[in-house]
Amino acid sequence: MSESSPGASAGSSRTNNRMVADPEDISRMLRRLAHQVVENVKDVTNIVIIGIPTRGVPIAERLAKNIRDIEKISIPVGSLDVTLFRDDLQMRPSKALEQTRLPAGGIDGKTVILVDDVLFSGRTIRAALDAMNEYGRPAVVQLAVLVDRGHRELPIRPDYVGKNLPTSLNEKVSVQISEIDSVDQIVIQSTTEQL
Amino acid sequence: MKHLLSVQELSRAGTLRILDTALELNQVTDGGTKILPTLRGRTVVNLFYEDSTRTRISFERAAKRLSADVVTFSAKGSSVSKGESLKDTALTLNAMGADMIVVRHPSPGAAHRLAHAGWLESSVLNAGDGKHEHPTQALGDAFTLRAHLRPGAKDFAGLTIGIVGDVLHSRVARSNIFLLGILGAKVIVIGPPTLLPVGIENWPCEVSYSLDAYLPELDAIMMLRVQQERMNGTFFPSELEYSRTFGLNRKRARELPEHAIVMHPGPMNRGVEITAEVADSAQSVITEQVVNGLVVRMASMYLLIGGNVSVA
Repeated sequence: MSESSPGASAGSSRTNNRMVADPEDISRMLRRLAHQVVENVKDVTNIVIIGIPTRGVPIAERLAKNIRDIEKISIPVGSLDVTLFRDDLQMRPSKALEQTRLPAGGIDGKTVILVDDVLFSGRTIRAALDAMNEYGRPAVVQLAVLVDRGHRELPIRPDYVGKNLPTSLNEKVSVQISEIDSVDQIVIQSTTEQL
Repeated sequence: MKHLLSVQELSRAGTLRILDTALELNQVTDGGTKILPTLRGRTVVNLFYEDSTRTRISFERAAKRLSADVVTFSAKGSSVSKGESLKDTALTLNAMGADMIVVRHPSPGAAHRLAHAGWLESSVLNAGDGKHEHPTQALGDAFTLRAHLRPGAKDFAGLTIGIVGDVLHSRVARSNIFLLGILGAKVIVIGPPTLLPVGIENWPCEVSYSLDAYLPELDAIMMLRVQQERMNGTFFPSELEYSRTFGLNRKRARELPEHAIVMHPGPMNRGVEITAEVADSAQSVITEQVVNGLVVRMASMYLLIGGNVSVA
């Protein structure tokens, strides 16, 4: 990503990119999150980690790997697409669906840890809680995010946070994960209107 | 995409978008048995000018699986039988606030007229217009073919598919031939010359009057229903002769490659175009086609009215 590019439609706006986490930072965050999960959850053998596509899925897999490294047990990982459960579908064109693949053992009675890249309005998580209802009844649901950028619109809070990033609404937080974006980094893109 | 009127309006990418969406919907709903909240508060009107229990039920179920409100409007016993025109019916439905109109009509082009005459703000989905097209049936068949013969593939290159029988009266055949062409399959249309439409030489398919020669090279065979109700002339000497020449029986089914699948859009005339034995055999995917029709209808509804096309 280059440091600035003018917007396509409005020639009067500028985009500035500011990197706030590099690959080292991200892997340290995930190691810390794994330790927090292990400390907090009573029975680690009961954990199921569910990533929300797209970037929540590779993050979920890495978190599971970190927990495996600590506890020497394998943790089931799945993905849950929430598109069909969103309450803001009518505010944008319909988009293609992502994969939903729950682990073979299901989620009934499990400690489900939902994983997403950025927590913003909370609407994705609300949709995920609804979607999960369709597949079973977990004993406990917790939320792990790499970035909490604030601006919640619903009473939802994360249990594990990689990094708190206070942002303004004209900034965009972009989490890039090497499995998808070929690089690990967190970038804040800010668009400033030039007069 | 606001309307789905004809497969000929679809690109390969657009077709794959529908098939991939259907694949995920099939996965998350266990073959269309779970209910999703996606279209809550939206209204889907099934406007049926022709009797069709199967298609109507499939569309009703697809809409209900996505939590849409469904209104079914059959021409029989409605204002249409009192002489209301298509335009006035459309204006009425628009005033009632339909988000989507699923239309089945005996006249080719009826769906197109409904979509583009400026009567409606709704999306229009063609559920069969005369001998013209039936796009969701073809999409369901493509979904079935992909699941069995090319799982996850981006095209059907290298597949040979036979479409056998009454192509003249069949909108299903027409939609299938064009959609399979878009996906890059080789299509061989087989039937008596009297049941093949004029101009078929310009379609993306080969034509043959003999079934037996092609059986060993087909990856899939689609048997079409002999549509007696649309025939007002003599197209072949007798049913028995038709079934001897173009019917799929056990002997012919054995000539197909082992991996080949047998398809039929339904409803079947058992003993005419297909014998009961073949229809119920392990090669037959006929009941699966019904389920797959449902999931592609859900996918089409989601893609047409799940989002908001005016917000680009």
